[in-house]
Amino acid sequence: MSTIALHDEHNHDHADHGHHKETLISKYIFSMDHKMIAKQFLITGIIMAVIAMGLSILFRIQLAWPDQNFPFLETFLGKWAEGGRIKPDFYLALVTIHGTIMVFFVLTAGLSGTFSNLLIPLQIGARDMASPFLNMLSYWFFFMACVIMMSSFFIQTGPASGGWTVYPPLSVVAKAMPGSGMGMTLWLISMVLFVASSLMGGINYVSTILNMRTKGMDLWKMPLTIWAFFLTAILGILSFPVLVAGVVLMVFDRSFGTSFYLSDIVMGTDILPNEGGSPILWQHLFWFLGHPEVYIVIMPALGISSEVISVNSRKPIFGYHAMVYSLIGITVLSFIVWGHHMFVTGMNPLLGGVFMITTLIIAVPSAVKTFNYLATLWRGNIRFTPAMLFAIGLVSFFISGGLTGIFLGNASLDINLHDTYFVVAHFHLVMGSAAIFGMLAGVYHWFPRMFGRMMNAKLGYLHFWLTFIAAYLVFFPLHFLGLDGVPRRYYAFTEFEFMKKWLTVNVFVTWAAIMAALAQVAFLFNFFYSIFKGKVAPQNPWESNTLEWTAPVEHLHGNWPGEIPTVYRWPYDYSKPGHDADFIPQTVPFSQTMSSNLPHDFEGNQEAEKIQQDWELANPVEENKG
Amino acid sequence: MSLRKFITNKTTAALAVLITAFANTSVFAQDAAAGAAAAPKVDMGEVYKSVIFYILVFLAVCLFIAIIGKAIKVYELSREAQGKPVGINWNGVHASLFALFLVIGLYGVYWEYTVHGSMLLPAAASEHGKKIDEMFNLTLIITTIVFVATHILLFGFSYIYKYSAKRKAYYYPHNNTIEKIWTIVPALVLTVLVLMGFLTWRSIFFKVEDPNHKPLQIEVTSEQFKWSIRYPGADGIVGNKNYKLTTSSNTLGIDFKDINSRDDEMADEMVLPVGKPVKLILTSKDVIHSFYMPHFRVQLNTVPGMRTIFEFTPTKTTAEMQQETNDPNFNYLFLCAKICGAGHYNMQKVVRVVSEAEYKTWIAEQKTYLNDDLRKQFNLPVAPAPVKSVADSAAKDSAAVKTNQMALNK
Repeated sequence: MSTIALHDEHNHDHADHGHHKETLISKYIFSMDHKMIAKQFLITGIIMAVIAMGLSILFRIQLAWPDQNFPFLETFLGKWAEGGRIKPDFYLALVTIHGTIMVFFVLTAGLSGTFSNLLIPLQIGARDMASPFLNMLSYWFFFMACVIMMSSFFIQTGPASGGWTVYPPLSVVAKAMPGSGMGMTLWLISMVLFVASSLMGGINYVSTILNMRTKGMDLWKMPLTIWAFFLTAILGILSFPVLVAGVVLMVFDRSFGTSFYLSDIVMGTDILPNEGGSPILWQHLFWFLGHPEVYIVIMPALGISSEVISVNSRKPIFGYHAMVYSLIGITVLSFIVWGHHMFVTGMNPLLGGVFMITTLIIAVPSAVKTFNYLATLWRGNIRFTPAMLFAIGLVSFFISGGLTGIFLGNASLDINLHDTYFVVAHFHLVMGSAAIFGMLAGVYHWFPRMFGRMMNAKLGYLHFWLTFIAAYLVFFPLHFLGLDGVPRRYYAFTEFEFMKKWLTVNVFVTWAAIMAALAQVAFLFNFFYSIFKGKVAPQNPWESNTLEWTAPVEHLHGNWPGEIPTVYRWPYDYSKPGHDADFIPQTVPFSQTMSSNLPHDFEGNQEAEKIQQDWELANPVEENKG
Repeated sequence: MSLRKFITNKTTAALAVLITAFANTSVFAQDAAAGAAAAPKVDMGEVYKSVIFYILVFLAVCLFIAIIGKAIKVYELSREAQGKPVGINWNGVHASLFALFLVIGLYGVYWEYTVHGSMLLPAAASEHGKKIDEMFNLTLIITTIVFVATHILLFGFSYIYKYSAKRKAYYYPHNNTIEKIWTIVPALVLTVLVLMGFLTWRSIFFKVEDPNHKPLQIEVTSEQFKWSIRYPGADGIVGNKNYKLTTSSNTLGIDFKDINSRDDEMADEMVLPVGKPVKLILTSKDVIHSFYMPHFRVQLNTVPGMRTIFEFTPTKTTAEMQQETNDPNFNYLFLCAKICGAGHYNMQKVVRVVSEAEYKTWIAEQKTYLNDDLRKQFNLPVAPAPVKSVADSAAKDSAAVKTNQMALNK
């Protein structure tokens, strides 16, 4: 706690910069201020997202026009696109790296890293993270992971290309494909660094939330964002180490001749010496992380949208407790559903039946969340800020993508849908689009908090509508390819008679994807322009209740000058009857809002209830107030 | 209104900007059209392929958006300067757009269901596949209802409850009864689906074998990037394999010391007798592949070092299916559905479902895996009379196998 006391001292005389010694490096690069680290995560995440989106456009071009040459591809990609046509091996590399970057670097680090770092201290009322130094390391490990992953584009054999799930033996036996050489080694190194980063982050988030809440901020007064980040961090801490274990075994198999994942393998006529391992082991280890991972991706997005929807509907979130319990339910259940990725991998069919039951149970808390969002909108007074638009978009994607999960979670139906485009459509909607929309909602909502300026709302509107429409145009038709039995990760649809009818659909989808990609230019311009030239933000631009809007717009290390505000109420007192404004910040004590207090507010505190009763007797409600 | 006022009026200015922009673009468009009409047909193919062309188009679009943005801004500022209420009610705009999106979106979904929905796989051609199809349809109906209903609520609420300064939202933090209902109802519906799925799953993977009606064993081995099919021969049993025996002449590593292997036959396509259960034994030589037969609702990964087994019964012959789909070129096939390398996108084999009689004539024509070279390698007696037809020798082999077996049984 001594650090906090020290910060307090700084803040009391922060006009005097003499002893601050904040250099360019300590402020912008090796910063230990959670707000700066959040910005670092966000900007790195955005850059990685743009790269991954670019990769997806490249393979979409290949899918749409498999017979045409694009000379500019050769200009950019050299031997990987000789004659302007992407090679099959490189196509698989594109798919693999697109998936890896999006899942891990954008939607895990970019989303959790940004908003956990930014909001946890600000919304629970702490000066900084429990361990600012660990926090800084967390970013730099993530940054190194990104650099190493990207460096695999600059080696002779190209990046890893066995799919983002890197199933052995394909990813272990170097002879199986060029990407399983050096590129795969870099993938594994990058992943170890990434897991280290997210563990450091996660431990920090959990300890900060448990130990550093301000006075009055008990767990049931925390905003849903914090609950989501908290449970996400727990999920990450418990599941990521399993991935590292799997990765280490894979490194052993690849480099030191062990046989954890290999057995009975013949490449052509070359008999490999490995015996006794099982490729299925990797799948168990991978999906033990991999499935919680998709909730690590979506839960922060759900937390953000809960907050954004409540603020902009000017209504308390419906069923706050149910929302928390459903998050807890998802957290717990997500550990026992990983087998639904393996129904047809040759796993014992008995297990398939068990995993089907647990998988479909997890749909219940998800359904509760959806209905609660709808109930929050009902009779609200909805302000369509860009953040709100994206939050509504998230709910739509969460429904559309979630419902197809009921098909895939059913082992019998999965037989014919496994590894087809139906799966691609499903997870791009529920995890890809929904989580990205949650992230964008967060960026639009908390941009003023991060940079002290506002983003341009109209460009935000344009960005939302183009992206929302384009995302549906891209992913909705893909379901039907899957239902026709078209497998994913196919380089071209030209070799099969029955796939040829989908070629025109592919062209359409690619144009929609290009439209979606170009729409992001509106965002990128808006984002970077507004950092420097945006309108200066007011103290509380969205008239929100949570603590972060009580901190001064001008950043200072330690967040609040003087004392940290005390919290008296839950964060969702919007449009409370009897109060003149339509929001009551968490820092306003009940003694100042006598006209709007409800018996429920006092949580059984009889003394407070009595004071309230006495006040109500003394101040009878006027008739016209109704 | 005086002329001066008219010129300084910001609305007018905004309109002027817009009109100029439109005029310019339309004039250019006309020019281009005229040019195209007059000039001999120029090959634009190269232009359409050049990146610069698209960058220019994109920049033009950006410029256009920027002009519109400025015009809106000028309009709003002018309203503000005149002390009138804010120019554009964006909340109203978005609410209407959501309503429009709902209507067009629902039509789009209907269009997809009917147009793309009619391009899907034909009805299942296997016994268990019918059950899967039924369950798929049930799930589709339930999810479609939920999908449409929730979206009507989502966008409907967005439309109805758009912001109005005159109104205050309804403070409604929770209602335990409603929450209980929408926890329990999905739970019940899912229970039904789980039960059905579970029973179907069991019926597919836990089959009780009827000794009088033994399934036809077929072994499929995957490797980069092809499939090998092994029929069991007359004994009805696919013999042992050992990957360590793999050579260039014995690519599957079949162990011919196992007498069950000696009559095993190779095939270029998979031919199945209709209505007879088939037991697929799936193995892989190198990496994981996935054996996927979409028309029969059959899929299972092939894993090196592990045998996976899928049992099913085809119910429609290829000829029947050709009639049903109205496509004389229709063929069943199986393909690879698990990423396995550069050739993943082209790993297929034709499947023919035929009548029992046709199957018998076909299988009689297939060659055994065991040939003279391999006989020498495994120290087996070379076939006595090479003049004899293959079918004969196969029959003889299997007869020999049978006597051997009987000898063993004694």
